[in-house]
Amino acid sequence: MELLAFGKTGWGDELFYATLMTVAVSVTAMLVGFLFALIFTPLKLSKYKTLNFVGNFYTTVIRGVPELLVIYLLFFGGSGAIMYVASLFGYYEYIEINAFITGAVAIGIISGAYSTEVFRGAIQSIDKGQFEAAKVLGINKFGQFYKIILPQMLRLAIPNLSNVWQITLKDTSLISVTGLVEIMRQSYIAAGSTRDPLFFYSFAAVLYLLLTYISMKLINKLEVKYSRGY
Amino acid sequence: MDFDLMITSFPKLLGATVITLKLLSASLFFGLFLGLFFAILRLNKNIFINKFAYVYSYVFRGTPLLVQIFIIYFGLGQIEYLRSTFLWAVLKEPYWCAIIAFTLNTGAYTSEILRSAFQTIKPGIIEAGKSLGISNKIIFYKIQIPIAIRQSLPAYGNEIILMMKGTSLASTVTLMDLTGVAKYIISTTFKPIEVFIVAGGIYLFMTFIIHNVIKYLEKKYSFLQ
Repeated sequence: MELLAFGKTGWGDELFYATLMTVAVSVTAMLVGFLFALIFTPLKLSKYKTLNFVGNFYTTVIRGVPELLVIYLLFFGGSGAIMYVASLFGYYEYIEINAFITGAVAIGIISGAYSTEVFRGAIQSIDKGQFEAAKVLGINKFGQFYKIILPQMLRLAIPNLSNVWQITLKDTSLISVTGLVEIMRQSYIAAGSTRDPLFFYSFAAVLYLLLTYISMKLINKLEVKYSRGY
Repeated sequence: MDFDLMITSFPKLLGATVITLKLLSASLFFGLFLGLFFAILRLNKNIFINKFAYVYSYVFRGTPLLVQIFIIYFGLGQIEYLRSTFLWAVLKEPYWCAIIAFTLNTGAYTSEILRSAFQTIKPGIIEAGKSLGISNKIIFYKIQIPIAIRQSLPAYGNEIILMMKGTSLASTVTLMDLTGVAKYIISTTFKPIEVFIVAGGIYLFMTFIIHNVIKYLEKKYSFLQ
């Protein structure tokens, strides 16, 4: 237990902050993922074949390639890509992106592919009559989506989004390879300096279980809220 | 775009794919039995056996695969007692540690898939078997298991693809699988995009094959023939 003491003698406070970091990266990645889903879901549902292809290409490639490979691509290629874009604008200095952004974007791209599939499924399972009724009532396009389709879609999407969240949370453990100090990286450091890997990795497992358990409870509440009237 | 690098790295990556496939097939093979075993435990009426199986699947599905590999590879070696037993011969090899971790992980997911498949079997089918005078054991092996396997094919196909992606984590415990070699080439040439295209292409090809094999099996064992 003294290994977990707060302050300079133990690893308690370091692991606590690492846990907050994991939560922060997961939430950011999830939001980045929603952003991607916002772009790619309409593409997948579009009438045009080319746009369909772009949407399908994104979800198929990202869901078929290991997460670690995507992380390496961004870790090694991220700053190069940014520098290339900057050089087009006449900026030739070295640019380094910090590990948090690399990690959140990499995991975000992955979680976005899953979110896209969830949103597509949710929109497709809404009855066609709902769209038609909204149109007949003369509601404008904006109102149709935000007042009629979105609330119904969320009810259907939340259980699956909860799965996406769990996957995202667990995937963040992989960005420890880029050096960002989250639970896994901190456990690695602590295990190395105390020579007690069994304890620290098991403790990391407990922290992840705690996070998944708490988020499950919170999501259940959300589910109840959005299924009012059913 | 450096096409020469893509061409020269292709055989190296293809060679590493063999390790990926070995890891995948071994863990799927053992994982299927483990999953079936725990799925049967989950259906047991004894609350302790039932809870034990539940905790197993909850823990392995609730924690990242990376943690599980690290506990087995770095953690278990720390126990002095284990070092003196024959198990040490297995646990000091990263290859076997990775297989153990993958097996335990896929076993947990498979047990959930099979459990839900068992639970969706209509009671009428089992009753029909009973009324024909077939013994409980035969009903289980010849009726319930085949139906459950057919029922769980789509979900299990997803699990195979997830596991294939999971084997990439073997590269974190020094194994040179497809991702491990890809990372090595990237870090020596600093050409991430080219290597990503080749390695990603190989992974996608494997996904494509698995997807189609499962689709074929689903059709072949469909009830509506």
